[in-house]
Amino acid sequence: MAAEKLSTRHLLGIKDINRNDIELIFETAENFKGVINRPIKKVPSLRDITIANIFFENSTRTKLSFELAEKRLSADVVNFAASSSSVSKGETLIDTVNNILAMKVDMVVMRHPYAGAGVFLSRHIDAQIVNAGDGAHEHPTQALLDAFSIRQKLGSIEGKKVVIVGDILHSRVAISNILCLQQLGAEVMVCGPTTLIPKYMKDLGVKVEHNLIKALNWCDVANMLRIQLERQDIKYFPSLREYAMMYGLNKQILDNLDKEIIVMHPGPINRGVEITSDVADSKQSIILDQVENGVAVRMAVLYLLASQRD
Amino acid sequence: MQKRTLLDGPKFQITIKRLCHQLIENHTDFKNTVLIGIQPRGSYFADRVQQELAVFLPKSKILKGNLDITFFRDDFRRKDGLVSASSNTIDFIIEGKNVILIDDVLWTGRTIRAALDALLAFGRPAKVELMVLIDRRFSRHVPIEPDYIGQQVDSLDSQLVKVSWKETEGEDKVILLSERNK
Repeated sequence: MAAEKLSTRHLLGIKDINRNDIELIFETAENFKGVINRPIKKVPSLRDITIANIFFENSTRTKLSFELAEKRLSADVVNFAASSSSVSKGETLIDTVNNILAMKVDMVVMRHPYAGAGVFLSRHIDAQIVNAGDGAHEHPTQALLDAFSIRQKLGSIEGKKVVIVGDILHSRVAISNILCLQQLGAEVMVCGPTTLIPKYMKDLGVKVEHNLIKALNWCDVANMLRIQLERQDIKYFPSLREYAMMYGLNKQILDNLDKEIIVMHPGPINRGVEITSDVADSKQSIILDQVENGVAVRMAVLYLLASQRD
Repeated sequence: MQKRTLLDGPKFQITIKRLCHQLIENHTDFKNTVLIGIQPRGSYFADRVQQELAVFLPKSKILKGNLDITFFRDDFRRKDGLVSASSNTIDFIIEGKNVILIDDVLWTGRTIRAALDALLAFGRPAKVELMVLIDRRFSRHVPIEPDYIGQQVDSLDSQLVKVSWKETEGEDKVILLSERNK
C-alpha cells in the first residue's frame, strides 16, 4: 500500500518525487481509469478548483489530455496560449501568471520552452504548478503515463529493460522517463546517433548504444522519440532519410527480433522517420493506450495535488 | 479507553438473518433488485448479506456490486490526509433496478449522500433503499434515514463504532469505543 499523500506540493519533475509518490499516482490513476470508462465519465472532486492551462509552446495531446482530465474532475478550466496573448507584447512570465492568478486560479498547468520555468514560477507565486514540459528539462506526466502503460502491459516495471531511441539531447520526455523508470527498478538504455546522446547519460546510470538492432534485441520495451527538428539549431545528422535508415523502426526489423517487444511513442509521430506506419499501427504498439492512460494519470496527479491545498 | 460490545456471537448472526428476511419480504425473489456495498467496509457487509440470501433463495441469482465514493465525498480538502480510493465493481446495469445500498455504520449520512451521487454514474435506479448494520441515531447532518437497520445506538461524536468481520478481522463483532483516536 502506497503512502496516502504526495511528498510535494507541485509536480515540477520526476526528480522531485519518490517511488511512493509514483505508486500512489498509479493506484489513483487505476481508479480514474474505471471512472473514464463509465457511461458518465465525471466525478465532482475538484468542483471548487480553477485550473489555468498556460501553454507557451504548441501542444495537442498534452493540452487536450490535461483539459479532459480537469473537466472529468469537474474543475473550472481556463486556457491560455502564448501565441495569441500579451506575451507577444513583451509581458514577463511572472506578470502573466500573476495576472491570471489575480483572477483566483488555484492551479497552473504550464508548458514553457525554457528549462526550469516551472521551478522559477513555483518560487514566486502561490498557486500549485504542474509542469507540462519545460524546454529540454522534464515532462513528468508523460513519464508517469509511459511507466503506467508499461506496467499495465507487462504487469510490473521492476527488472524490465527499456530502450529510449532517438533525439535524447533535446528530449524532456527522455530525461523524465529515465528518472521515473529507474525509480521503479527498470534498466534503461538510450540509443541514437552520437551527436544526439548527451555525455552525462553515463552519469545517470544509463546504458548507451548506437546500434539500433543491438538495442532492440536487448530490450523489452522500445520508446521511439520524435526527432525534434524545431529544437535543433545546428545539423546533428546528415539527413532525415539517413536517420530513418539507421534509427527508424520498421516492421521488418521488429519481425526479425527473437522476441516480441512493446513499441511506444510519446507523439506526435513522424511516420516514416522514427517509426513506420505498419509498426505504429501494429499489435505491439501501445501508442493509443498511452494516450488513454494519459488522461487517467493526469486526473490522478491533479486530484492528489489538489488534496494538498490547505 | 472504554469499549462496549454492541453486537457479537449469536446475536450478530440473528441480526443479519433478520435483515435478510426483511429484504426478502420486500423484494421476494430479487429479480429486479441488486445489492450495492459501499467501499471499503460496506462491501464486507454486502458480501455477507449476499451469502445469507443465497441460502434462503437458492434459485435466485443475487447481483452484488461494490461502489467507491471517494471522488464524490464533500469533505475532500477539508479533512486531514487523503482517503485512498477503492475499486468500483459493478458489472451489471443499474438502470431501472431496485438498489439496496449497504453500509456498516450510518452516522452523519454524508457517505450515503455521496453514494447516491456516485450511483447515478451507473444509471438511474428505479428505487434506492438503504441498509445499515448500525445506525448512530440523532447524529445526522443530512436528511437521510435507513430502511433496514441492524441495531440503533445512541453515541457521542467523540465515540467510534467499529464493525469487524470474520472474513477480514477473524470475528463478527461490533464495538463502541469511547475515543475516536484508537
